[in-house]
Amino acid sequence: MRRGVAGLILALLLAPVLALISSGPASAVDTLCLPGPDKACIAGTIRTEDGPLADVKLTVTDEAGTATEVTTSETGKWNVQVEKEGPYVVKVDESTLPKDLVVDTGEVTVAAKFGVTKPALLTIRTADYSASTSKFDELVQSTVNGLRLGLLLALASVGLSLIYGTTGLSNFAHAEQVTLGGMLGYLLINQHGLGLWIGGLVVVILCAFTGWFQDRVLWQPLRRRGLGLTQMMIVTIGLSLALQYVYQYTVGARTVRVLQDNPSVREFGPVTITNQSIVAMVISVIVLAGVGYALLRTRIGRATRAVSDNPALASASGIDTDRVIRLVWTVAMGLAGLSGLLYALVTNGIKWDSGLQILLLLFAAVTLGGLGTAFGALIGAIIIGLVVELSPVLGMPGDFKYATALLILILLLLVRPQGLLGKPQRVG
Amino acid sequence: MDTIQFILNGMMREALSPQTAAVAIAVIGLNIHFGFTGLLNMGQSGFMLLGAYGFAISISNGLPMILGILFGFGAAFIFALVLGAPTLKLRGDYLAIVTISAAEIIRYVGRSALLVDFTGSAQGIPGSQYTTGFRNLSFFGTGSFTLIPFNYTDVADGAAWVRIIGWIVAIAVIVLIVMRFRSGNAFKGLLQSAGMAGLLVFGVLLLFFLFPVPYQSTGVSGWWVRFVAWGLALLCTLVVFLLVRSPWGRLLRGIREDEDAIRSLGKNVFSIKMQALIIGGLFGALGGMVYVLSSSVQPDSMGRSLTFFCYTALLLGGAATIFGPVLGSVLFFAGRIGIKYTAAAYVPDSIMSNQQTEQFSYIVVGVALMLIVIFRPQGILGNKRELRFNV
Amino acid sequence: MSEQMADPKVDTGLADPAARRALTSGFDAVPGAGKPDPILVVDNIVRQFGGMTAVDVQHLEVQRGLITALIGPNGAGKTTFFNLITGFDKPTTAGKGAHWAFDGRTLDKTSASSVAQAGMVRTFQLTKALSAMTVIDNMMLGAQNQAGENLLKSMFRGTWAKQEKEIEAKADELLARFKLFEKKNDYAGSLSGGQRKLLEMARALMSDPKMIMLDEPMAGVNPALTQSLLGHIQNLRDEGMTVLFVEHDMHVVRHISDWVAVMAEGRLVAEGAADTVMSDPAVIDAYLGAHHDTDLGDDALLTDEALEEIAEEVAAEDAEREAEEEAEGLR
Repeated sequence: MRRGVAGLILALLLAPVLALISSGPASAVDTLCLPGPDKACIAGTIRTEDGPLADVKLTVTDEAGTATEVTTSETGKWNVQVEKEGPYVVKVDESTLPKDLVVDTGEVTVAAKFGVTKPALLTIRTADYSASTSKFDELVQSTVNGLRLGLLLALASVGLSLIYGTTGLSNFAHAEQVTLGGMLGYLLINQHGLGLWIGGLVVVILCAFTGWFQDRVLWQPLRRRGLGLTQMMIVTIGLSLALQYVYQYTVGARTVRVLQDNPSVREFGPVTITNQSIVAMVISVIVLAGVGYALLRTRIGRATRAVSDNPALASASGIDTDRVIRLVWTVAMGLAGLSGLLYALVTNGIKWDSGLQILLLLFAAVTLGGLGTAFGALIGAIIIGLVVELSPVLGMPGDFKYATALLILILLLLVRPQGLLGKPQRVG
Repeated sequence: MDTIQFILNGMMREALSPQTAAVAIAVIGLNIHFGFTGLLNMGQSGFMLLGAYGFAISISNGLPMILGILFGFGAAFIFALVLGAPTLKLRGDYLAIVTISAAEIIRYVGRSALLVDFTGSAQGIPGSQYTTGFRNLSFFGTGSFTLIPFNYTDVADGAAWVRIIGWIVAIAVIVLIVMRFRSGNAFKGLLQSAGMAGLLVFGVLLLFFLFPVPYQSTGVSGWWVRFVAWGLALLCTLVVFLLVRSPWGRLLRGIREDEDAIRSLGKNVFSIKMQALIIGGLFGALGGMVYVLSSSVQPDSMGRSLTFFCYTALLLGGAATIFGPVLGSVLFFAGRIGIKYTAAAYVPDSIMSNQQTEQFSYIVVGVALMLIVIFRPQGILGNKRELRFNV
Repeated sequence: MSEQMADPKVDTGLADPAARRALTSGFDAVPGAGKPDPILVVDNIVRQFGGMTAVDVQHLEVQRGLITALIGPNGAGKTTFFNLITGFDKPTTAGKGAHWAFDGRTLDKTSASSVAQAGMVRTFQLTKALSAMTVIDNMMLGAQNQAGENLLKSMFRGTWAKQEKEIEAKADELLARFKLFEKKNDYAGSLSGGQRKLLEMARALMSDPKMIMLDEPMAGVNPALTQSLLGHIQNLRDEGMTVLFVEHDMHVVRHISDWVAVMAEGRLVAEGAADTVMSDPAVIDAYLGAHHDTDLGDDALLTDEALEEIAEEVAAEDAEREAEEEAEGLR
């Protein structure tokens, strides 16, 4: 949970509000308090970064000074129903807290309103927990997290960009392919007990096969039919919708993990990172370097770039564009699958709609770098990853970290519409 | 027989639902963007959410309803300006990426805990906070009723043959209406118009005869809100008809085909695209306001999926047609419920659990969207020669 | 000639060849020569793509009331030049000395639409007829200052119905003149290539331009239609309109142009009357540079067939380049 929101958020109160989009539309607190037309609720959760705190007493005092006392449940949750609108002071009884805890915010005022449940945010943390975490340390930690996210995004966005470059198609179903990697990882490794490495390899091969297969049965025939790009784009939207619900149909709406056990953690100075993250980053760098080498040095890579630059000319000079595009789909889907698998490994897991949120980051990355340029997508992805992870440290509210990335994209389009590495547009 | 009646009743209820009308209004706006002008607005749900927020937040903070409506429109207006300014001079994909991103930003901001006093964060704003004024406008009185007092149970005790004949006639009427629309001269000439109007009224009455659905007169989701929602949807259809038959509408279609040609004729293409974006966005905002009238403002219910459903409905009915959006929306929602109920009724639980029928219906929606675009891009009412996607 | 058509034009008496010759004889035929009454004056227009200079025109004047041809080998930058002065592209020198004016009005920062509004209307090499719209709708789009194109008025038919009728009448006349009247309610997509060129020209005329700029009006048009197109162009001139056109077909150029400007490698290399400019060494150089196997200097080789062959070759190359640019998704 501390991924991203990092450092300073020491206790999380009220899961629905702070739960990031990655954990999905948050379920409401399992509260017994139902707000009505003349009833208002105040609720929250008392927890430290180690977990929820049960049996903590709180007092809720109204304007007139009448106090109500509540105790947190086993899951740290509490709620109060009040009959009057207006400000209420919520105060934690520190004597009921376990030892060695530090109360950052022990008292908060909440404006109750009929018909709604208002959250009260109280922050409590363990005494030894990074009280001394400096801004600089946070920055370093978030930078590493950002790089990690950026590398994972890069794996997927390079493929997205290559598809765009070679076919002109904005593939809205790309993120569902990322989800597919995580889902297959869950099914093969977690459910069927395949080894992580073998299973991972199988996942990537299967995903690459879906790319080959898609182009074979869908995209190539559609290109031959002369279907317009906009129409194809809407086909990808349909595919994305269908895939999402296929995942939900088969796996369910919950978040699934590839590995059950908790990962071991290493510390490098101020940076705490799981072994899995290190391995994921190393794999990403190696694979990206391999893709880059292939694009620059091999015959087929040069052909790909030629098709991407100018399909008509490439075709005229004897390059089999269909073969190149088939390969691009295969590789792009393989990379997307790998990205999804690693994403599911290094974060808390993957969910049927994880792709929805990843897709926007991918688009942002690809557009930022310049539509259709593979290396632009790489740079764009790293930037987007860093922006997402660093913006909370730099003062952006945690809820807005994805919004920040998208805002930057919109602002960039104002000044440099072709993206960082894109060529300026010409009128033909 | 009863199972089929149950499924069809469910479809009828869904088709009549105020939210179907609300989406139809948003789709009418999207039709101006995508159908007529060729603008790839992938953030129609953002316009809807802004309209809903503007409306609900103003009213729940004590402002009169008229101001709430104006704030809803104002928010969408500004949103369109902000999105259009950087992107309308660029290639179409940029508008798509920026609108989908911006719509998500609106949703993230709406969900944010920081704005809990205004937007109610992820839990949203309950309808009770802003719909009272609207319901007080109702002149439908209290109690509940079905739309026409006379239905199939009144004929031969609702025997199977009555219903089967009724269904066959209903299907024939619907096919006839669609064919008349497709011929393009459904409303040409007084006689034809009168015949068409008669056919439409007969069709609607027949449907109510076959599938009687009782609702409260004025309740949270009663006839009053249905009446207003569908009234607005028809009004919007009329406005769009007036707009697109004019020289302005001709310009839109010209831009959809080739911006440069229009530019070379001395027309300010940017300004016209901006006008189209704003007008369509205002329809979106209106759709958003209607959407929340019978429920609550839930940011997560107005996310990307809703935009995608809008596209499905539009393409199903026929982009760049006048009645396509309404027809498409009705068929989309009724069809989805039909699929869901049918799967629930006839597929054993061991194969598909009750929850899975819901997901199954959405899988069908996705696949249907792909098939429509590939095999029938002009939708049900569209003209294949006129409709060419262009980016 | 309809009233509306004749209306904005003054009879300049330029239907008389002698009068035209008089207009082009009072100055030296050098690149960038000053004309007696220029309608378009262009200064210091440079356009670079990456490191390549596509256009570098220091000075060019276009005489009012004449047909001026802009010729040059493939890649000479003619179309790019067209794009630049019609506002479809921005010169690299924009704000750094690039300057051009049409009929006394400075166009340095003007958008494509305002250029057209100023009275300088263009057509495109790859015809931009709107194929999914009817011929008459195409024509109606050409008219300027339509009240019904205002969003607020558009919903009320009364505000524009009368004007719409007038515009349609004008469109009918133009269609009749270009022999497209029978096709009035057909989709433009169903027309032949040549008919589309005619439609595009007629559509451009709907705006009552002072100068019409035709980008390769004869490309892909069959010989019969070519004759009729040439006739239309000459008629326009005789009615007082200025015509500037890009062309590869020397035959056409020699036939109808009163003045020829030659571009090569982005620069203006020669100007002169059609028959004299062909023998200009700079022009021969330019063409020889591109087509070593063709001797343009030898009059015997200047048969129509040979020239057409060259023109076709060049046009094919140009079309290919166009297609590439199109494919690059530049628009």
